[in-house]
Amino acid sequence: MNDCLDEPRLQKPLNSTSDQQVTSLIDIRGLNKWYGQFHVLRDINLQVNKGEKIVICGPSGSGKSTLIRCINCLEEHQQGSIVVDGTRLTNDLDNIETIRREVGMVFQQFNLFPHLTILENCTLAPIWVRKQSKKEAEKVAMEYLERVHIPDQAHKYPGQLSGGQQQRVVIARSLCMNPEVVLFDEPTSALDPEMIKEVLDVMIELAREGMTMLCVTHEMGFARTVADRVIFMDEGQIIEQAPPAEFFDHPRSERTRKFLGQVLNH
Amino acid sequence: MGQSHNNVYQRLFRLWRNGDSRPLLMQALVVLVVLLLVVWVVSNTMNNLEHRGISTGFDFLSQEAGFGIIQSLVAYDESHSYGRTFMVGVLNTLLVSSLGIVFATILGFLVGVARLSANWLLARAASVFIETFRNIPLLLQIFFWYFAVLAALPHPRQSLAFGDMLFLNLRGFYLPKPTMEQGLAPVLLSVAVAIVAALVLQAKNRQHRVRTGQGITAMPWLLVAIVVGIPTLVWHFSGATLSVELPQLRGFNFRGGISIIPELGALLLALTIYTAAFIAEVVRAGIESVPKGQKEAAAALGLKPGRVMTLVVIPQAMKVIIPPLTNQYLNLAKNSSLATAIGYPDLVSVFAGTTLNQTGQAVEVIAMTMAVYLTISLSVSLLMNIYNRRVALVER
Amino acid sequence: MSDEMIPPRKPPRQSVGLLVWSKNNLFASLPSTVATMLIVYGLYLSIPPVVQWALLDATWWGSDGTACSTDGACWAFVTARLEQFIYGFYPPEHQWRANVFFCQLVLLIGWLTIKATPGKKWVLGYSLVLMPLVSWWLLYGGLGLEIVATHQWGGLMLTLLLALCGMIASLPFGILLALGRRSDMPVIRALCTAYIEMWRGVPLITVLFMASVMLPLFVPEEVVFDKLLRALIGIVMFQAAYMAEVVRGGLQAIPKGQFEAFNSLGLSYWQGMVMIILPQAMKLVIPGVVNTFIALFKDTSLVLVIGLFDLLAIVQAGLNDPAWLGFAVEGYLFAGFVFWAFCYGISKYSQRLEQQLHQGR
Repeated sequence: MNDCLDEPRLQKPLNSTSDQQVTSLIDIRGLNKWYGQFHVLRDINLQVNKGEKIVICGPSGSGKSTLIRCINCLEEHQQGSIVVDGTRLTNDLDNIETIRREVGMVFQQFNLFPHLTILENCTLAPIWVRKQSKKEAEKVAMEYLERVHIPDQAHKYPGQLSGGQQQRVVIARSLCMNPEVVLFDEPTSALDPEMIKEVLDVMIELAREGMTMLCVTHEMGFARTVADRVIFMDEGQIIEQAPPAEFFDHPRSERTRKFLGQVLNH
Repeated sequence: MGQSHNNVYQRLFRLWRNGDSRPLLMQALVVLVVLLLVVWVVSNTMNNLEHRGISTGFDFLSQEAGFGIIQSLVAYDESHSYGRTFMVGVLNTLLVSSLGIVFATILGFLVGVARLSANWLLARAASVFIETFRNIPLLLQIFFWYFAVLAALPHPRQSLAFGDMLFLNLRGFYLPKPTMEQGLAPVLLSVAVAIVAALVLQAKNRQHRVRTGQGITAMPWLLVAIVVGIPTLVWHFSGATLSVELPQLRGFNFRGGISIIPELGALLLALTIYTAAFIAEVVRAGIESVPKGQKEAAAALGLKPGRVMTLVVIPQAMKVIIPPLTNQYLNLAKNSSLATAIGYPDLVSVFAGTTLNQTGQAVEVIAMTMAVYLTISLSVSLLMNIYNRRVALVER
Repeated sequence: MSDEMIPPRKPPRQSVGLLVWSKNNLFASLPSTVATMLIVYGLYLSIPPVVQWALLDATWWGSDGTACSTDGACWAFVTARLEQFIYGFYPPEHQWRANVFFCQLVLLIGWLTIKATPGKKWVLGYSLVLMPLVSWWLLYGGLGLEIVATHQWGGLMLTLLLALCGMIASLPFGILLALGRRSDMPVIRALCTAYIEMWRGVPLITVLFMASVMLPLFVPEEVVFDKLLRALIGIVMFQAAYMAEVVRGGLQAIPKGQFEAFNSLGLSYWQGMVMIILPQAMKLVIPGVVNTFIALFKDTSLVLVIGLFDLLAIVQAGLNDPAWLGFAVEGYLFAGFVFWAFCYGISKYSQRLEQQLHQGR
């Protein structure tokens, strides 16, 4: 992050030379990250437009989770620029907080707050970060809990819910902040098979309603149904990106073909 | 004018909100606050000491002490220096701590194993022991032994005697003292050599056993023979004599022999029993932490119960036992400072007590006292960390 | 192949019953039998004389030592001085204030420990913030109550006060130290680690000496330090180090995902700490905190050495009264029993709590 220290705070995205151009919601250029000596993200260039649904897939260790965690600064990057909705991600705490308000995240391990009720989990951030009143926040929370089909669980604790229900709460919790984009980090990988469908259904509904989504997942069926673009990553690089039809039926790279062969076989 | 002020504040605020510079700012602030506090405290202290006419510095350590100490492991009388009293105190603390650690470990292990005994009465008795002595303050236990029990002992003239050798009375516990004579040195040397030889032989035998399955079965007897026999032979041929100084009643007191003053006795009794109760729990937790399946598997392999204990359970239990056990040892060393309450001349009593009272140099005295305990604690912690790392690596 | 189900029957006489239990648990082997015999013999030798001395031959009431017979225990020593043991030198006409203090304590503890009671968070908040202030007002005075100087406080009241105040005051410091020790900032981490290791490495007696003797030197001459306050400061600084280690254990047990979750929602470090991490961590360390409290409760007896009159010191002082000489055993047994009752009771509660928390998870 050292090279970003002196750059002024940008109000406009980098490529706003023409008013007619579609401005990217997320603009990643030349992103490089190292864990010590290990080069985990290599020269990533990625633009995500508003309303786009992107699925990122690849073998484990390819850096896909690391990439999306860089977007909301859960991981720090050493080189390159990330601009989210006009705000550049630097080490300025105000920028980071602005970006985190606009970016929602759904985790593989749920990470609900076990000592708060479902409703409290959803209203916590709106009250303390967006400074909404308790009544307002609860109204919004109940709406989203209905959208994910579990309004009756509002006063229970996370420990009392099944895995599928918990993950749906996580989706609702991130939606309560009214984000511009939601990141999904392998949302169904920790679920028992019979609960994967209920979560995927909610994600599909969300996609249909026009939310910008960036999903790291192994669920290829979901990718085919919903994605505008599928991205394949391997060894820290973006190997290939294409609309799903093209990606699954006519993969261009050898590595993509190999991966698809392994994943789609069962 | 106001513009530039605003800019400065804005720049500062930007630095504060910057993820790289904020930690630096915060740490600088903390260092500043701490420094200011230290300076304030030091200046106050210097002022106050000056007003009270108390000198500073460590010169007092070479001044004459002028008070007696009832027990000392090195030669000491009133004409010795304060520095000498420091040494006497440290040695006494180490003496009490070492003896306490040895006794408490033995008692603690016995009670801990008894707690897990198959005999219901024995297990309950151990449990009562643990729950009683763990929940009563150590100071109270020391007082009980010193003021209630040992104060009820008879006068020296009516001592409880065990033959001609041991005497127990109000003034202490008297034992015979073996004195070093000429020719005893080679005997002691031979004892050391015999022990080393025995250990080497035991190790070699074990190696041989592991490799070939055959070993000397009468090993224990052979070892005993070596450790006892060799020194005895050396004794016989060197013509050494062991003389023993027996305690003798002269007037109202006993002279000669080794004496254990009641202060030390009470302190040791209380420390041993109190710490043993905690050690027993540590031992119990350690043994219980070994999964039951280990014992079952070992038994299924045909190992006898004794071997199951020594080869399978105890080695695994020790890993769990040793860290909290050393913690208890540290507690014992720190608790030995309660000696001050009954007048046993340990470090706190002699140095942070009498010497501080006489010289008034509180800062130096208390700092030195704390430094001793800190050194002991930190060294043991360091050794413990090394041990933990070694054990963890081996498991990988 | 059998269609008929076998109805349950009673086991053979030899495998259940008291006789069988005894055989298995008391006389299973030769060493076991020997142990049983020895213990039973030991009990036979010790219990009847003790009961005789402590109960049957004992004198329960009296105004001085002559009232007691020489054979039995002289509990009169305890009953005659009971007021002093409980209240120290607190003036009798104001003792009702101490009683209110005790009642408040019992009420709060009862409310917090009984499962069924509601509003525990409020009661906890009151206990941690208002109760010390209310207790101080009750015992010291001011605002309508006559002032009772601290050198008159003593006995069980002082022991409880020292332990509770020490505990409550050391909590916030301990939490801050624990957070500091886990910090990424090297200066703060070093300072906190140094503080913790230093106070954990020295005996409480040296801390009390330091507080008693050195604290007046550290502040300008005009500031006068009450002796009780000095002792309390020493105790709080000492206890904070131990609390820090207990809290640190709890913080380590919180999964990293909790931190990531509140970060990703846009909550700041302190918001997340106060609302998410610390509530979970503190719940985990309740057994550890209670154990530390038990240790502190026992350690308060050390204030005897700097001239404060806690329960043990008051009993000790009572033993030096010429009217009551030679009853050290009774005095220490009484004090020992009071301490034991508190510590054993609290530790049993802690064990029960640990089980409950374990199941709840």
